[in-house]
Amino acid sequence: MNWDGTLSSSEFRIAALAFIEKWNRFISTSPPQWSWALSPKRPWIAAHEAEGYLLLENVFLPGSSEEDHDQVNDRGKQEPSCSGQDDTIDSTILVQSHHDEMHRYDFHIVYSMSYKVPVLYFRGYCSDGQPLVLNDIEKDLPGNSAKLLMESKWTFITQEEHPYLNRPWYTLHPCGTSEWMKLLISTDASRDKHQVEFENYLVSWLSVVGQVVGLRIPFEMLKDSGSCS
Amino acid sequence: MDKGSEAQKYVWEGAIPLQIHLHESEVTTLPPPPPALVLAPRIGYLPLLVPQIKPFFSSTLPPGTDTVWFEYKGLPLKWYIPTGVLFDLLCADPERPWNLTVHFRGYPANILTPCEGEDSVKWSFINSLKEAAYIINGNCKNVMNMSQSDQVELWRSVVNVNLESYLWVSSKLKLGIAGDEFSVKSNASVIKSQQSNVETDNTGSVKTGRIPVRLYLYNVNEDFDDLEDAPQIDSWDRISYINRPVEIIGEGKYFTLLDAVKSLLPEFFAEQSSTITNEEISETEVGEEQRLPSEDGSSTPRTAEDVGETSCEHVGSSDVSDNAEIKLLRIQGIEPKPEIPFSWVVNNLMNPERFLHICVYIRIPESISI
Repeated sequence: MNWDGTLSSSEFRIAALAFIEKWNRFISTSPPQWSWALSPKRPWIAAHEAEGYLLLENVFLPGSSEEDHDQVNDRGKQEPSCSGQDDTIDSTILVQSHHDEMHRYDFHIVYSMSYKVPVLYFRGYCSDGQPLVLNDIEKDLPGNSAKLLMESKWTFITQEEHPYLNRPWYTLHPCGTSEWMKLLISTDASRDKHQVEFENYLVSWLSVVGQVVGLRIPFEMLKDSGSCS
Repeated sequence: MDKGSEAQKYVWEGAIPLQIHLHESEVTTLPPPPPALVLAPRIGYLPLLVPQIKPFFSSTLPPGTDTVWFEYKGLPLKWYIPTGVLFDLLCADPERPWNLTVHFRGYPANILTPCEGEDSVKWSFINSLKEAAYIINGNCKNVMNMSQSDQVELWRSVVNVNLESYLWVSSKLKLGIAGDEFSVKSNASVIKSQQSNVETDNTGSVKTGRIPVRLYLYNVNEDFDDLEDAPQIDSWDRISYINRPVEIIGEGKYFTLLDAVKSLLPEFFAEQSSTITNEEISETEVGEEQRLPSEDGSSTPRTAEDVGETSCEHVGSSDVSDNAEIKLLRIQGIEPKPEIPFSWVVNNLMNPERFLHICVYIRIPESISI
């Protein structure tokens, strides 16, 4: 039977734990690191271990400058699954020295029971803790996603309530995710081995979604996952 | 042409009388303006009322740009939750008129998603409809491919509370739910349709029994006998929002509202005892249940005493594990009996974005360990 590009919530958990392990293996030198957060929503059900999400917080993304724009344009031309190919040192970009224009971002990957796929939620703030509005965030985004944002303000990045935290966060709309995940993973030789797929699911997924928000995955990690073959 | 069931009409005609006060910090004139009285459709959204209420207050507002938001007893109201659901959730003992406070300044952007007027509400509605379509059909193509004019008409039908026009446009979206035929066929056929919850429609796509549901769970610590004594919800953090589809599973018996709630809150039903679901309910009784919501769907919900009878006795003490107790289970202003067929509840009491919104008050004594 053809796989439809979706995950169950327990598969998401498996994928998430595998992703954390892999990320920490390739980017072991410094924070930030992904971790698994338990849902704070229903504290009285400690036993319900499947409910949780991935988080990566306090990430510095460079504000827009001439130099960044050049990088951004290069990146935009690459194939989605192979981003970061020629700048493998990009992992170090995640942590940068403090800078006037530096914005900090929090990224959460939450499983959607409706779409049966992971959904990226994020928020940004200035060094003084002030939250960033969409206009500020747009300036931090890679050039091509800012363009998409202009063209389709509502279907692309929207502000929605974080499903666990009850506060408005930015999110990328997930309605197309299963479609492109199917395409992305069906080129993979390991298509029938579902276990392998789910463990690599989030690497492949973030290789696409991360591009939109300027969050890059180390090339070695992609290669290891077989998404770039 | 589908004109909608009687219960659907009651839901669409349902409205909440609001008495809206301007927040005192925004009153610049003496005497302060009197409150605005408006009738808010249950299926509508609070920001859609702004054109109606702005004239009451425009002459007294301080200078600045409008960023309208509403508040009930200090709690900022989420504008993307249908008005009827907010009322059901926040007013356990229905208050009429419902006294809300409006603010035109000082939007609490850290708590509420920004709202740029009707457009924001429209896109939030369309996004929810897309989500529902995805749950039902496994994709949202029908919503994405909607023509511009259909999309406008669909939205106008919600804004203008026009059920007939809504049914006509939304029928093009092919969002039929398995078990749909319940309302027209006999009880016997219901059981059949429930059993075959995965069926193929004529376009060849697989139709599942996944039902879009949003459940709002209020965890009450203190016990209370009457809903008028229910503790006020003072923060959204007190509410667990469970946005999770319900899978209709037919196992030779029909799937009830209680089955649906159990599937959403499994932790409360872990040690389930036997009562309701195993109780033999005769076909005639089912027939009565079926009519029940349409009788109650009017704008006069039951009194607190009635609620005690329906929710507490039936669901409460017997089925919930340990000492946890469902104190209130309310949908569209009524407290349907837990043994009512879920497909009836969905098809008749869902909101126009195709989600069924369920409000639940549950009491768990502090010391409980599940």
